[in-house]
Amino acid sequence: MPLYEALRLALAQIRVQKLKSFFTLLGVTIGVTFLIAVVSIVQGMSNYVTSAVAGKFLGVNTATLRRFPNFQNGNVTEAQWRLWMQRPPITIADAYAVRDALPQDAGWAIDDVKWVNATSKYTNGGPQLLAHAATPQLFKIKNLNITEGRVYSDEEEQLGLPVAVIGIETKQYFFPNVDPIGRDIKVGGLPFRVVGVLEKQGTVFGQPLDRVIYAPFQSPMQRFTGARENLAGVLVQAPSPAAMDEIQETVDEVMRKRHRLHPAQENDFVVETSASALSSWDTIKGYLVAAGIFLPAIGLVVGGIVIMNIMLVAVAERTHEIGVRKSLGARRRDVMAQFLAEATTLSVLGALIGIALGFGLSKLLSSAFGLPSGIAPWSIALAIGLGAGVGIAAGIYPASRASKLDPIIALRAE
Amino acid sequence: MTADVSDIPLSTTGERQAVVGSVGAVPGKDWVIVTRGITRDYDMGGEVVHALRGVDLAVRRNEYVAIMGPSGSGKSTLMNLVGCLDTPTAGEYWLNGSLVSDMKDDALARVRNREIGFVFQTFNLLPRATALHNVELPLVYAGVGSAERRKRAKEALESVQLGDRMDHRPNELSGGQRQRVAIARALVNRPAILLADEPTGNLDSGTSEEIMRVFEHLADTGQTVIMVTHEPDIAQHARRVVVLRDGRISSDDRRENFVKKLVEK
Repeated sequence: MPLYEALRLALAQIRVQKLKSFFTLLGVTIGVTFLIAVVSIVQGMSNYVTSAVAGKFLGVNTATLRRFPNFQNGNVTEAQWRLWMQRPPITIADAYAVRDALPQDAGWAIDDVKWVNATSKYTNGGPQLLAHAATPQLFKIKNLNITEGRVYSDEEEQLGLPVAVIGIETKQYFFPNVDPIGRDIKVGGLPFRVVGVLEKQGTVFGQPLDRVIYAPFQSPMQRFTGARENLAGVLVQAPSPAAMDEIQETVDEVMRKRHRLHPAQENDFVVETSASALSSWDTIKGYLVAAGIFLPAIGLVVGGIVIMNIMLVAVAERTHEIGVRKSLGARRRDVMAQFLAEATTLSVLGALIGIALGFGLSKLLSSAFGLPSGIAPWSIALAIGLGAGVGIAAGIYPASRASKLDPIIALRAE
Repeated sequence: MTADVSDIPLSTTGERQAVVGSVGAVPGKDWVIVTRGITRDYDMGGEVVHALRGVDLAVRRNEYVAIMGPSGSGKSTLMNLVGCLDTPTAGEYWLNGSLVSDMKDDALARVRNREIGFVFQTFNLLPRATALHNVELPLVYAGVGSAERRKRAKEALESVQLGDRMDHRPNELSGGQRQRVAIARALVNRPAILLADEPTGNLDSGTSEEIMRVFEHLADTGQTVIMVTHEPDIAQHARRVVVLRDGRISSDDRRENFVKKLVEK
């Protein structure tokens, strides 16, 4: 019997016994619903973390040279911390040496940061701002867009002019009701002329990205960020993901040479990428996904047992039908195919309903608790695969019993 | 196209003895059924029951044979063996040139599908399927495509005057109509034999006559028909009557002789 015949027969059978079929596939549906919901939530969190870390904190295809990691795997011990503090600082000379070693098409920027106090004539104080003394290439590498005014130019960088690009919250706090462009904001008593306002960045891991002020690296801002003691970060950007390794190696080489490390010594600096920053998240995500699959799997096993029971009942109820079919020439494999198809169709149908409900549930959870949610295509494939697998596993025993019935005895049933 | 009864060749006793006697030999093309000393034993909880104790039966193409006997005579067992639903404990059974007594499950299913059309006392139609779908079933298992299947099932239903009942389910049909659907189903694969098991057992006498006329017509048009029954009235519609007793053939006569004996009793 061809597959589509078996399938058609299975669908007809399910249509005839709607309520029974519904209860039969409930177990699988519930299992798949939770599987999809958990995976969607984890995926959503993962998307959020990835885009936040890769896009906003570190930049795409970007590696950052630092004295020690900004993103740490787990807790940092006291001893580790002390070791890190003994490392040589990243100097301005290091930053330029790295720039000179990079290929033409690679991006490069210095980004030194520190929290500072600021004042303006238009308000009575405001919150602390994260000050960036940064070369203008940073705007391009980090994809920072301007809504008002402009970013500062290379000339302004070279001349070290006291100009500034501010975040949207900085504007709201320090220039309420006035256009900030062309007006001054004071950091450490020194005025910086605002030339541009950044578009809204939001927050990442609770850090406000809009309470910022950017000024040319060579401007007096570097005094407030303490660039002479240690640079917070030197960013390098590869032209393509494939070129990332090469760029990282270049930075490594330059820094090892400058720090005179012999081959056996470990790096006394770190070149951080989104991949390295995300490694700890990947571990967490692995556990979450494993739990998200294991727990619903119990539901699927129960669902499979229910299907097996119902199929055994169906075989008993339809013994006479099996006898008739056999008398008309149905072979063992035809009968087997019929019942296997029925169990599998039921189970896959349950999985499909579960997928729909699961996405519904994850959307509901995400709107109720503000959890991000995202669709992982592999979870759909997995759910359908599991559904089919459960159906086949649950159907094999009843189907084989049906196929082995003696036609004479089966015909005599009822 | 009703042919005269005498036009249909009946196997003579001599011929039958000849073909049944040559054990192991492939019967000639003309012989649809040849059994040589088939037995069937059942193990009933340690006690062996001999349902058939050596039956030699030869049926030629185009014959219309009734198998009679009281209950317990072994006629149901014989019918199961002839219908390839069961295999004999010993002996040979040749159906349409192939030795089916040695066949296993799936091969037997194939033979049932191609060579045998069953008509049962209780019709055995699938209750939830339409008449058309019921008739299509043997073609499904023969692997016939759906368009061809529909066409042939329609033709089969039309040949039993049910062209206007194709979309009815069995419970929307009368007993006679149900049995005619079953006959259409039995014939749709153009089997070598039509095998009917008490085909009128669940029908009133009027409807029984109607079904017997259908069988008559089929026999006239060249279909080999074997009918198992315990009713002499029904059996005498066939052209040859085989009577079983205690697992053996006790008589094998032309209809005329059978009727004569009936009257003598």
